[in-house]
Amino acid sequence: MTTTNRYLLKAGILPQGDRADLLIVDGLIHSISPNIVDSEAMVFELSGSVILPGLVDLHTHLRQPGREDAETVVSGSQSGAKGGFTALSAMANTSPVADNAGVVEQVFRLGQEAGLVDVFPIGAVTQGLKGESLSEIGAMADSIAGVRVFSDDGNCVSDPLVMRRALEYIKKFNGVIAQHAQEPRLTVGSQMNEGSVSAILGLKGWPAVAEEAIIARDVLLVDHVKSRLHICHVTTAGGVEIIRWAKARGINVTAEVTPHHLLLTDELARSYDPIFKVNPPLRSERDVMALREALADGTIDIVATDHAPHSVESKECEWQEASFGMLGLETAISIVQKTMVDTELLTWAGVADRLSSAPARIGGYENHGNNLAIGSKANITIIDPSATWIVDRDLVASKSRNTPFHGFELPGVVTHTFFNGLPTLIDGLLVSKEVGL
Amino acid sequence: MRHLLSVSELTKIQAISILDTASELARISEGTVKKLPTLRGRTIVNLFAEDSTRTRISFEAAAKRLSADVINFSAKGSSLSKGESLKDTALTLQAMGADAVVIRHSASGAPQRLADSEWMKGTVINAGDGTHEHPSQALLDAFTIRKHLGKGSSDLHGIRVAIVGDVLHSRVARSNVLLLKLLGASVVLVAPPTLLPVGVESWPVTISYDLDSIIPTVDVVMMLRVQQERMGDLYFPNAREYSRYFGLNAERLKSLSANSIIMHPGPMNRGLEIAAEVADSARSVIVEQVANGVSVRMAILYVLLAGQPLETGNK
Repeated sequence: MTTTNRYLLKAGILPQGDRADLLIVDGLIHSISPNIVDSEAMVFELSGSVILPGLVDLHTHLRQPGREDAETVVSGSQSGAKGGFTALSAMANTSPVADNAGVVEQVFRLGQEAGLVDVFPIGAVTQGLKGESLSEIGAMADSIAGVRVFSDDGNCVSDPLVMRRALEYIKKFNGVIAQHAQEPRLTVGSQMNEGSVSAILGLKGWPAVAEEAIIARDVLLVDHVKSRLHICHVTTAGGVEIIRWAKARGINVTAEVTPHHLLLTDELARSYDPIFKVNPPLRSERDVMALREALADGTIDIVATDHAPHSVESKECEWQEASFGMLGLETAISIVQKTMVDTELLTWAGVADRLSSAPARIGGYENHGNNLAIGSKANITIIDPSATWIVDRDLVASKSRNTPFHGFELPGVVTHTFFNGLPTLIDGLLVSKEVGL
Repeated sequence: MRHLLSVSELTKIQAISILDTASELARISEGTVKKLPTLRGRTIVNLFAEDSTRTRISFEAAAKRLSADVINFSAKGSSLSKGESLKDTALTLQAMGADAVVIRHSASGAPQRLADSEWMKGTVINAGDGTHEHPSQALLDAFTIRKHLGKGSSDLHGIRVAIVGDVLHSRVARSNVLLLKLLGASVVLVAPPTLLPVGVESWPVTISYDLDSIIPTVDVVMMLRVQQERMGDLYFPNAREYSRYFGLNAERLKSLSANSIIMHPGPMNRGLEIAAEVADSARSVIVEQVANGVSVRMAILYVLLAGQPLETGNK
C-alpha cells in the first residue's frame, strides 16, 4: 500500500442526519460536503453508515503498570480502536498507583507509543487510593500527561474533609474530581444490589443508599466550595434524582453511566456467574429505565465504559471470590444504539454528544469531541447501524475475555476508526502500526 | 432431577416423593439388615469446604447405608485450605470418577457454579452454601414435621410454622421458607428487623418482631442459631437483649399450644436462642431431626442416583 495522508469517506450520514462525504487531509478534517472528488485520496465507501466524532471514554482500566496479564496500554488501545474510541482515560488504580507524576507520565508515554488512541491518565486523589492524604495532584497536573481528572475509582473518597480539600485544591488548574460514590461502611463485603434478588440468593446486599448518600454529600460540598465534580457510573434512580436536583440548582456536577448499567439487571446474578459481578452492581429494571431517561434528558452527561479487564481465574470461581468488573470498550456503542437509539431516546447527534463532545469537555481533551468541525483533528468513528453482530469473547481485542455480553446479538458495527487522521480500524480490522498505510 | 441445588427447583411431587422414600428407608433401617445394595460401586464425594460435623456425618452414614463408596474431602488438611480453586478441585473429582459430590461451601452459589460448569459431570448436592440454601436440612425438617403433625397427609397443608432468629444469614431459613410454602404450610418469620433481609417483603411469609404474640399461634417453632460472629456487628445490642426478646425460654414454652413442637437445625447455643430446659423438653424434636436427617439424605441420594423414588410398601 502507498503512504497517504488523504482519506475520503464517501456517502456517510452525519450525526444530524445529512448525507455527506468527508475528506481528511494531513490529519485534519479538510471538508464535508455532499459530493467530494479527490483523485489522490484513499476512498472508503460508507454506503449510509453513520459518521461520528471519535468516541471518548472518561473511564477505562488499562491495568498497566501492574496487571499486564489482564490488559496493557497497547491491548487496551486496540480494544478502544476496535470499539470506535479515539481517546481513553486510564484510571489510577494500577500497581503502583498513579498518584505521582512518574506513573502518569509512564502511562501517557505508553499511550503515545501505542499510537492508536490518546491515552489520558487519571491521577489518584489520595496517596495509594487510601483516602487519607492528597496525592501529588499539582505535580501530575503539571507533568507532560497534563492530568485534569482525578479519581480514586475502585475506592470512594469517603472522608468528607479529604473530599472537600481535593475539590478545593483542583480549582487551581480547573481540574475535576471523579467520585466513585460508595459509602464504605454500608458496603462492607457487599456482593450485589440489595433487594429481592439478593435476599433470595443469600449474597450480601449493596444498598442504593450507599451510592446516593455520597452523591448527595458531594453535590453539596462542590456547591459550597464552587469547584467541579463528576460522578462516576451512576446506577440508581435515586442517584439520578439527586443529580437532577443539583443541576436544577446550578451546581457544577456532571455524571456518567456505563453501557452495562443501561442494559443489564441484578436478575442475572441468579446464575451465580461472576461475569455479572461489577462495582457498582447491576441494579433493578426500574433503575435501568431511570438511567436511560436521565441520559436522554441530559441529567446524566455521558456514557463511560468502566472497561475493567480481569484474568480468567479471577472470574472462573465462586461469586464472592471473583473480582468486580467487565469489559466495555468493544461493545459500548452497540449497547448505546440498542438501549438509546433504537428505542428513540437519543438521536445520533445525541450519541455524538454523550460519547464524544461531553466527555472531551469534562476531561479537557482538546483534540477530541470537536463534533466533526472543519479544521479539527480528524478523530472519527464510522458505525453501520443497520448491521448486527454476535459478541464472541474469544474474538475481543482486549487481553481479557470478561465480557458479560458473550453470545448477545447487538446492533451497530464499528467499521472504521480514524485517530488524528489515520485509520486505526478498517472494515472492522485493526490496523497494525508496523504495516502502516 | 439431576442435582439438588435449591429447593426452588423442586416440584411438590418431587419433594413429597423424597419424603415418602425417606419414610420407606427409615422403616427398612429399623429392621435387622440396615444396609441396602442400591448404590454399590458408586462413588460419592463429601466435599466440605467449610467446617461441618453433623451434615457431613449424616451424608456419610446415608451413603454408606446405600452401599456407596464414600470419599471425604474436608477443608482442613486438604488442598482446599492451600488455596486450590473450586475449578481445580472439581477437575480432580471428575478425574477420580465421582458419581456425586455433596458440597458444603462458605460461598453462596458454589454448588450451582459446580453444576453449571464443564468442570465435572457428576450429580451435585448442596449441603449448605453460604447464606443461600440448605435443601437437605429443609427436607429433613419437613419430614420431621410431617411425622409429628401430618395426620397421615402427604403434605403440610394448614400447618403453621414460626422461623425465629437470624433469617438474614440463614440458609436453613431460606430453604425452609421455600419448601414449607411448596408443601402448603404457612410461615411466619420472627426476628429483629436487623436480621431480616431487605427484599423479604417478596417472600411468601408474614413477618413479626414479637415472639410472644406468635408462639401461641403456631404448630412449629423453629429456632435458628445465632452465629457468634454476628455479636459485634450491630445487629442487636448484646446477647442478653437478644435472648430476652427472641430466645425460647421456659416461660415462653408455657404459652405453646398443645401438640406444638420445637425444632433447631443445630448446633445450638444453649442459653442464647434456646434455653437448655426447652431444648431438652418433651416438645423438642431436635435429636429426632438428626436421626431423620440420615433417612432423608438416603432418600436424596436414592432419588438422584438410582433415578427413581423407592416404591412405598404401605400405600
